[in-house]
Formats: sequence, structure tokens, C-alpha cells
Amino acid sequence: MLCTVAACGDNAPIGGDTGAEASGITGNYAGAGASSQQAAVEAWISGFTSKNPGTSISYNPTGSGAGVTTFLTGATAWAASDKALSAKEVQESKSVCGSGTAFDVPVYISPIAVTFNLGGLEPAKDGRTHLNMDAPTIAKIFNGSITRWNDAALQQQNPDVKLPDLPITVVHRSDKSGTTQNFVEYLKAAAPDDWKYDLSENWPNNVGQGAKGSTGVVNTIGQANGTIGYSDLSTIGTLGTVDVKVGDQYVTPSPEAATKAIADSQIAKNLEGANRVVIDVNHTTSADDAYPVVLVSYDIVCPVYKDEGTTKFAKAWLTYVTGEAGQRMAQRAAGSAPLPQNIVSHIRTSINAMGADAQDQKEDR
Amino acid sequence: MSAPTTVAPQPSTTDASTSLTKPVNGKRADKVFKGIATVCGVLILVVLAAVAIFLLVRAWPLIGGNRKEVDATISSFTGGAATNFWAYVGPLVFGTVLVSALALIIAFFIAIGIALFISHYAPKRLAAVLSYVVDLLAAIPSVIYGLWGGIVLVPAIYPFWNWIAEHLGFIPLFAGPAANPPRTVATVAVVLAIMILPIITSISRDIFLQTPKLLQEAALGLGATKWEMIKLAVLPFGKSGIVSASMLGLGRALGETMAVLMILSPGMSYSFKLLQASQNQTIAANIAAQYPEANSLGVSVLIGTGLVLFVITFLVNFAARKITQKASVK
Repeated sequence: MLCTVAACGDNAPIGGDTGAEASGITGNYAGAGASSQQAAVEAWISGFTSKNPGTSISYNPTGSGAGVTTFLTGATAWAASDKALSAKEVQESKSVCGSGTAFDVPVYISPIAVTFNLGGLEPAKDGRTHLNMDAPTIAKIFNGSITRWNDAALQQQNPDVKLPDLPITVVHRSDKSGTTQNFVEYLKAAAPDDWKYDLSENWPNNVGQGAKGSTGVVNTIGQANGTIGYSDLSTIGTLGTVDVKVGDQYVTPSPEAATKAIADSQIAKNLEGANRVVIDVNHTTSADDAYPVVLVSYDIVCPVYKDEGTTKFAKAWLTYVTGEAGQRMAQRAAGSAPLPQNIVSHIRTSINAMGADAQDQKEDR
Repeated sequence: MSAPTTVAPQPSTTDASTSLTKPVNGKRADKVFKGIATVCGVLILVVLAAVAIFLLVRAWPLIGGNRKEVDATISSFTGGAATNFWAYVGPLVFGTVLVSALALIIAFFIAIGIALFISHYAPKRLAAVLSYVVDLLAAIPSVIYGLWGGIVLVPAIYPFWNWIAEHLGFIPLFAGPAANPPRTVATVAVVLAIMILPIITSISRDIFLQTPKLLQEAALGLGATKWEMIKLAVLPFGKSGIVSASMLGLGRALGETMAVLMILSPGMSYSFKLLQASQNQTIAANIAAQYPEANSLGVSVLIGTGLVLFVITFLVNFAARKITQKASVK
């Protein structure tokens, strides 16, 4: 059945039916969750409310975990999270959804840059300096086993530059962060021998320095020569970026390259609950020009809410946010990467299954 | 609770002004004023009790709640480094006390120096200007100190810490290599010292100025130099005042949040390595850092650490009281 519906989804014009469906939606709706999405969500809210003047939408960037918890109490219409729901959370959602269980769809993809401040390098055309590193090298720097910039592993991958004999200062997030979660997921997948820590939103070791928020990390890196850290590409300004080894080439981070990595990823199967679109990011991709260090952030909604207005809103919201216009808005406002086509078709299927009618039909079949 | 206080001041001001211009029933004004003063006095107790009760009630899930869930929450805060409340709060208490004590040590001598300069050395006009500037320093909000510390001081002070680490590195406190950027306990202590400097300075200055002229002149008359006079007459007289000023300063340093949050690279260890990053964290800054993403049990844990801070501040003030009493008995 899924296949047939998916086929339908493929044919549907992306974001084309937003206007028709959205009309008639009124009321106040609230969302909460990932702070990584904040800039994008703000743009989406202004775009959505201008199309649906009767609505008023608020978003509280409380963090992924808190957002999901609030959603599961029924206080918000949707949650934004850098992490897919756990099986337990899916079960819990039964009590807040009108019928069925909550599901997650990716709405926001953003490249995470490994960024550094090292004097004496020639800036490239984009105004930033670049260094080449493969995944094990990055993992070794962040686990504290490579401590100097002129380490043989680094020098060997960057034959054209003379790296200084300078200690490496690692800068990581000191607060809980989806950026950390997605970054260490990459390290664990791409360099399992050098990254043995458990996955967590907290930074797992005591190497280097911690700084609060993306701004804190970027400021700290800017303050001293020889620092390296990770942050959303859109936040790093003119700091240097690491070109990450993918296959046989070194890829510069960019939204387009992030989209390519997601396009080369699979949808996770055998998940608890229906309609879920969870991307199993292919961190070891070898696709051309794909940049595998990406943050994927989800919106979590119910297929049907207890209140019909909210169901309508959630459906229209997701349609807008994952549609072409919404993704363009996010790219402009937050420097995110547009969702690739193969993922969009899955999202469309899930959105089509929303609403009381769709649910009834499904049960009939 | 707040209703009587907001209403009450109105009659008092009118009463006071009329009683000054023309004679009214003095007894009535006396009673009203006594009532207001009593309400104010009780109010502070009520507020203190309310804070203590709030902390206890909100931290209760820590004590009475499901131990396993509490431990899971704490381990999610620390990435598995600490799994029970005492293991969590211990390094925080250590960090808080370490940072505050360092700040006090740095600020204390400078503050006494400034206060003595203003009270005994500076020409009258300069003393007035200096007093004004010191008081102005106290009015700067801590977030400004935090921004200044984080953006200006941190990169600027690195060469100094680096020099210390190279030349005094044999002392474990200053063990190198100095972190770069130096978002360390040492830098935070310097910023906190600047923040508490005005409090200590202005109280000490006022006390020094109150030293009886007779004592000072007697000392000078006996042939003491100015420094000996200060040593013999001014400092002993001001001793208890200096102690309570320092404790007030220490109180501010203990609870300081923004500056620490914006400068320090936090860590959870019992470490004295002042020049290295990610060693310590303070309770207040930790609450501010973790609160936005904490669930309800997480908030309880954080409030529990707040309760510990409350107890520490209480103990510090209690100790200060004791010291002051002893000093004034002599």
C-alpha cells in the first residue's frame, strides 16, 4: 500500500496545494523544540501567517528534548527536534493524538562545518581558508589524540601548506545541542575506530574548551590562533573550514553538498509507529560532492489531533514547511540545505495520510 | 504579602512631610511609622523564608522522588560523568568556592589600597572623583562585565597567563600550558575581582573615614609615620568593617552568573589548574546553562544545586558575622 501512496506523492506538485488547503485555517498555534531550527522557523512563521492571515503561530526554542516533552503533554501543536522519536515516545503520543501515533518528518537540513582559526594559510576564493581532513583525522583531533597542527596525518593530507608547530585547541559546545549529537554521529559512523563514545547531545570528553551556543563556539574560535571546533555552516562567518574527505575527494561544506549527502541516504525502516520519515544519514557516502557532516532536524506532529482545527493547521504547516517555498525561505534565512527530492516524496506520503479522512480510508483498506 | 507594603508607604510620606511643616498629632505619626518599619522588617524574613521554601519544595523530587530517574537525569546533564546528586554538586561547589575565593583574594588588597588612598592620601578633589568612579563601577551590570571579559579581556590577557605558566608553572596552581583562548578560572577570577572591587572599596573607605581623628593625631603625635599611623590606628579600627565588606563581596562573587557563563569554559572536576580550560564550573552559571533544556526533573536537580548555593552563602554570612563580632569585642 505504501508504494502506491508513495507513487501518488511523487506526482503531486510540491507545495502547490498549500494555498488551497491552507485557506480557512485560523487560530493560535504553538510549537516548541530545537533551537537549531529557530531562524528557519521564524521565517516559516512569517511566510505561513502571510498566507493564512487568520493564524497566529509562536515558536519556543526550548531545545529538542524539552520540545518533545511539551508536545507529549499536548500543550503544543508540533515539536521540532534534532533527534527522531524513540519507540517509547511514539507510544506515549497515543494519549495526545486524536488517533494513531505521532510521526516525524525532516524539515531542516544544515551542513555542520568543522571550522578552525589558523594563521598563515592562504584564503581561497570564498574568503575562507581550507584544510583537508579525513574522518579519522577529525575524530583524532576531537578525541585528543592529535594535539599539534603539524601532526604527520594533517601534514600529509595538506601537502601544499606548511602547518605550524602549534597546539590544537578543540572548542566544543558546553550546552546540550543537536549540533553536537549530529556531529558525533558522523564521527562514530565514519571513524568508528577513533570515536568510541556513546551518542549524546552533550559533548562526551574533556578535550579542549566548551562554549555556550553556536555563537560562543564561533567567538571562542575567533579569539585564538590554533583553535578548531564545529558549528552550523551559516554561523561561522569567515573562519576557515575543513574540507572533509568523501570517497577520493575533499568536499567543501555547502548547502548543496549537504543535500547531496542526504539524497544518498536511506529512510530508516522498521520503526515503531506509522508515517515516519527518519533519515538514516549516510555518513560514509562516496557520492560526488556530497558533504556528510549534516544536521537533520525534524518536525513532530500527530496524524490526527483531538481538535480538527489543529489537524488542519498541522497538515498545512508541514506542507508549507517542506514545500519548495518553505525550503527556499529557510535557505535564505538560516543557510539550510533544501530537502532532496527522494526524501520529499516520502514526506508527501506522510502528509497525505494526515487528517481524519485519510486515517479512515486507511483503516477501511 | 505585597499589598500592605505597596499601600503603606503612601500615608507615611504625606505624614512625614506634614509633620515637618506644621505640628500634628505626633503619637499617630509615630505609630504609623513604627508599623511600617515593622512590616518592612518582617517582610525581609518572609521573603527569605519564601525563597527557602520554594527551593525546598521544587527540589523535593530529588529527595522524595524516584532515585533511578533522578540519577538518569543527572547522568544526561553530565554525559554520564556523574550519576548521583552529590557527585554532581560536589565539583560545582568546589568550582564556585574556588572562583569566588580567588576573586576575593585579588580584589581584597586592591580594594583596601584604593580605600586608603581615597581616605588618607589623595587630595580632596581627586578623592571625590575617585569615590564617584568606584561607585559608578558598582552600577555596571554583570552582563556588561561578562561581555567585556569574554570579548576583550580573554584574548588580551593570554600573553600574561602564558608568561605565568612559563615562569611559575612549577607551582601546581599555575601548571601550563595556559589555555588559549584563556577562558579559564584565572580569567573569570580577574573579572569577578573587578566586579566586587567597588563594594569592598566603598564600605572600607567609609569605615576608614570614620576613624576617630583623635586616635590618628595621637599616633602621629607619638612620632608615627603616616603608614605607621594607618597600621596602628586606622586598620585596627576598620577591621570588622573590612571583614564584612569582603564577605559582601564574596557573596556577590558566589552568586555571579552571567560573567562566569560568558567567559568560563566549564568542566566538572576538583582541579586547581587555574590556567587550563574546562576544569571547573560554578553552581549559578551551571543553572543558567542547563536550565533552558532541562525537563521538569532536571529543573528539580538544578534547583537542588541552587539550594546548596543558598546554604553556602548562608554559611559565609554566618562566618562573617562571627568574625565581625569577635573583632568588635576586642
